[in-house]
Amino acid sequence: MSDLVLKMRRVGKTHGRGAQRVDALVDVDIDVAKGEFVAITGRSGSGKTTLLNLAGALDEPTTGNVWVDGRDLGDLSNPDLARIRRTTVGYVFQQFNLLAALTAAENVSLPLELDGMRVGEARGFASTALAEVGLEDMDGRYPDELSGGEQQRVAIARGLVGPRRLLLADEPTGALDEMTGESILKLLRDRCEQGASALMVTHEPAFAAWADRVVRLRDGQIEEISVRSEMPPVAGSFS
Amino acid sequence: MGVKEGLLALLIDGPRHGYQLKIDLEAATGDAIRVNVGQVYTTLQRLERDGYVVAGSTDSSGRVAYHLTEDGRTATKDWIAKPEDLATAGRDEVSMKLLIALFSDNIDPSTVVETQRRATMSQLQDYAGLRSRDESVDLAWQLHLDRLFFSAEAELKWLDRIEERLANQGDSQEVPKRDRTEEEVR
Repeated sequence: MSDLVLKMRRVGKTHGRGAQRVDALVDVDIDVAKGEFVAITGRSGSGKTTLLNLAGALDEPTTGNVWVDGRDLGDLSNPDLARIRRTTVGYVFQQFNLLAALTAAENVSLPLELDGMRVGEARGFASTALAEVGLEDMDGRYPDELSGGEQQRVAIARGLVGPRRLLLADEPTGALDEMTGESILKLLRDRCEQGASALMVTHEPAFAAWADRVVRLRDGQIEEISVRSEMPPVAGSFS
Repeated sequence: MGVKEGLLALLIDGPRHGYQLKIDLEAATGDAIRVNVGQVYTTLQRLERDGYVVAGSTDSSGRVAYHLTEDGRTATKDWIAKPEDLATAGRDEVSMKLLIALFSDNIDPSTVVETQRRATMSQLQDYAGLRSRDESVDLAWQLHLDRLFFSAEAELKWLDRIEERLANQGDSQEVPKRDRTEEEVR
């Protein structure tokens, strides 16, 4: 199996036609290796979210190919795509989309249960994921009993729950205060160190800096701007 | 940026005499740099000694026009292309470079923005790595690291804003400059 969890080649996406035609992405190549955390930056309207949707099989490219875990998404049937969305890819998006009738734990375990995991086991994963985002005592709360920031953390837990190989995050720290936001980024980093891969869209340089590699989208095209050094300078001390 | 770099950058647009260089340097930097003519000529002599400029013809008022040599052109391009190090450079260095680029017909300000963004993002990644590594190091070091981290973050946001402004300016109006020549600094 390829060590690339995500591979995109000459991917283009066009919206509209005629005078309304907009080339959101033009011939984009991008690789995300196993264990790698990649951040995408760029001005609004530069195609960041479009790119993420294509990587997560939520949208189809106009041109080019997308491989997730070595499989060309263009060759897969709808049930196969649905399976990839449920099991391989974890989504942490700006809209929380929590189900109001389900508790935090039920919201988080739902994708695993839909995939056939036994309820008990799925709830176990859900509890772990909720604890990871700092909501260990909130399993039984309903979305309307949670603050905006807590709801976002439940959505993050749902995106990260279980053994997912590719984590896609779109401005994941939007409604969170800075310290909580950093803890979420640290969580994404930890997951990558444990062997998952992450692709995160953000317009915040301070968040992009947590990634191994920062790429920038400009006019629908990609340019690499920075790679984390192998070993940052040793932590210092004034004492 | 010293007077030396400023003069060399201005000469990229063509030969000028000392008094014109004084006027242009002050105009380009919004008077952030003030020089007297004597300083300009002393600097030009040093640049001539080092092979970066040559004195050319004298005009009717007896003023000598200075030209950039190939070495001078290379040195200037190198200076423009060099990212500034957040930890050591005065922050105004990037501002000055941008002001000169905006003033010049031959230096592309977006090149300065892109080069600096790469360097600063890389620094920010290092600082983020250090901050995430160990919460137990002493408080003074953490505070210092926070300071470096937030400075780098602010600079990146500032660079994004500049890029936006340059793009908007390009969309909405002709930049009030002479036409750019073939010799744009890249």
